[in-house]
Amino acid sequence: MTDKPHLDEEALAELRDVMEDEFEVLIQTYLADSRDRIRALREALEAEDSDAFAKTAHSFKGSCINIGAPRLGEICLKAEMAGKESRLGDAPDLLNDIDQEFAQVIHGLDGLMAR
Amino acid sequence: MDDSAAEYSSPLRILIADDSDSDRLILKTLLKRLGHEVLDVANGLDAVSVFQREAPDLVLLDALMPIMDGMEAARQIKVLAGERLVPLIFLTSLSEAGALARCLEAGGDDFLGKPYNRIIIEAKIKAFNRMRLMHQTLSDQRDLIRERNRQLTEEQEIAKRVFDNVAHSGCLDAASIRYHASPQSIFNGDVLFASPRPAGGMLIFMGDFTGHGLPAAIGAMPVAEIFYGMTNKGFNGEDVLREINQKLKRILPTGMFCCGAMIEADFKLNQIQIWNGGLPDGWLIRPSGEHLALPSRHLPLGILSPDQFNADFERVGAAPGDRVLMMTDGFLESADSEGNVFGEQGVTGTLDQLEAHDHPFDAMMAAVHRFTGNFEDGDDLTLCCLEMMDEAGLAPLPDRASPSALAGPAEWRCTYEIRERTLGEFSPLPLLLHICMEVPGLRRKSGEIYTLLAELYNNALEHGVLELPSDWKHSPEGFGRYYAERNRRLANVEGHYIRITLHHSLKPDGGRLRVVCEDSGQGFDFRNHPSVASGISPPKGGRYAGRGLLLLKRLAETIRFHEQGNHVEIVYDWQFARTAEDRDD
Repeated sequence: MTDKPHLDEEALAELRDVMEDEFEVLIQTYLADSRDRIRALREALEAEDSDAFAKTAHSFKGSCINIGAPRLGEICLKAEMAGKESRLGDAPDLLNDIDQEFAQVIHGLDGLMAR
Repeated sequence: MDDSAAEYSSPLRILIADDSDSDRLILKTLLKRLGHEVLDVANGLDAVSVFQREAPDLVLLDALMPIMDGMEAARQIKVLAGERLVPLIFLTSLSEAGALARCLEAGGDDFLGKPYNRIIIEAKIKAFNRMRLMHQTLSDQRDLIRERNRQLTEEQEIAKRVFDNVAHSGCLDAASIRYHASPQSIFNGDVLFASPRPAGGMLIFMGDFTGHGLPAAIGAMPVAEIFYGMTNKGFNGEDVLREINQKLKRILPTGMFCCGAMIEADFKLNQIQIWNGGLPDGWLIRPSGEHLALPSRHLPLGILSPDQFNADFERVGAAPGDRVLMMTDGFLESADSEGNVFGEQGVTGTLDQLEAHDHPFDAMMAAVHRFTGNFEDGDDLTLCCLEMMDEAGLAPLPDRASPSALAGPAEWRCTYEIRERTLGEFSPLPLLLHICMEVPGLRRKSGEIYTLLAELYNNALEHGVLELPSDWKHSPEGFGRYYAERNRRLANVEGHYIRITLHHSLKPDGGRLRVVCEDSGQGFDFRNHPSVASGISPPKGGRYAGRGLLLLKRLAETIRFHEQGNHVEIVYDWQFARTAEDRDD
């Protein structure tokens, strides 16, 4: 599927350095934000609104790249393209991939915070 | 520059608009760590309202946001910023070229890609702050220049009003004078003054100060004061020039001076006297078109110290109908569109082609107008033409002041005595005239009063004290001998004096001025003097030249000689304005 890592350790280390005490707040914010986005993607799919689907995927992609979750970011890019090209038929599979990868990211970040 | 480097790293107020909470948190923390103040919002609409309220220095905008997207927010923010340069950077993971271009078209200045890189962010913020400060500096300087310019214009207007009050145009409007001067000529450093002399005739001064603007105008003020003040009091051109030169020498900084020319026109003797220091050649133009150059023979005013200054005028015979033309450098420097100047050839060429009926002033103005093509632009020239006239043809000049008849001193008496060496060194006439001019009713008669005083004093000095026979003056050789002898005898006046007593009193319809002039000379046999006896036949070698005595008789009510002829008393009456005019008719 992709060879990008689940988490970009280097980017996360830099973020921890920048955020200092607020690193945990950032991670929690990202996770809450991501849950909202996944819900919004589902709603767009149900409403068959490919434009909203593409825009939400685009924003989600941006925050994934910033937080250091490149593989999830890449799946979001695929979802964005599908939305733009009105291929909502591909959307259920992509949403599934997003769910699975998001679970990996949560797992990885939990491990990171436990350190 | 050190302090500008400090300014680049000074904290900025930065507005972030991004709907992604985590991205916003990262950026906000990054910017705060760099020392900036951060305002953050989650959509375009809030971005616009916070921008309006907080006026941030820099804006970071996500392109895609709910409610109002970044493009629309960018447009509105740029409008709100007006003349202020507020750098606007799009935060985006967009990669399509068309989308990026649209961000810039909406007013964005740059992009910042995701993931954020703090080194790039810091560098971009610094770069845009430099640009912002440069723009700010430019705007501030432009505003400053605009304000300074407004101030300068206002100051010049005030200065011009003050100047116009000090340096009124005098008698430039007299029928015998034609002139052209730009309304703002004072700020080109050009001045032109004209004043009638109390004893008749006229004094004209044209000057051209080095430099432009206020510095040139400031030097002109004292010149105007001296010129009008001294001319009114009866001083001659030489005295006025000396005073102007001395004053300018004292007040002007080195390198600043005044090119100038003074013309003293005597309509009685049909002559002009001219002093030209640094102005272009003046011209005496006969009605036939024949013309004579009156070149500069002196350094400009304000350069030489009083003891080195030469105020000798050149004397030129000038009959009625002859004209004197003077101009400033600006006239010669009038240029056409290609930068060629009118020059001296322009002037001499025009004069050579004068027809008998041409007025040289009109011909000269027309020539320079033709040459430059566009005359109104940068008008920086002064031209003046005086026409010699029969004195009888000169309309009396209007009084500048309309004095109340009763104000001022009415009943007074004073005696002024000049003794010994001072007889040759000092003329009391301006002072005595000044005393008389305190009486408003006499002010309109300054010419007559001056003539009376001058006749009495000069007769007392030259014929009374110095005992010079006036018939010497009838031949050219005698004229020279007369003045040589005058100087010789002036060196030997021990024990001599001239005493002038002025006595003024009011009468029901005006006033009466008595002037008594006594001198220490031998006197003369006035009882057998032909002028005194008959009042008509011309005298030969008497104490009073015929013209002088006739003049006194014409102006005064009575004239009486006492003792052995060295004591003269005249009575001069004046009436309140209306009746005075009736008498003149």
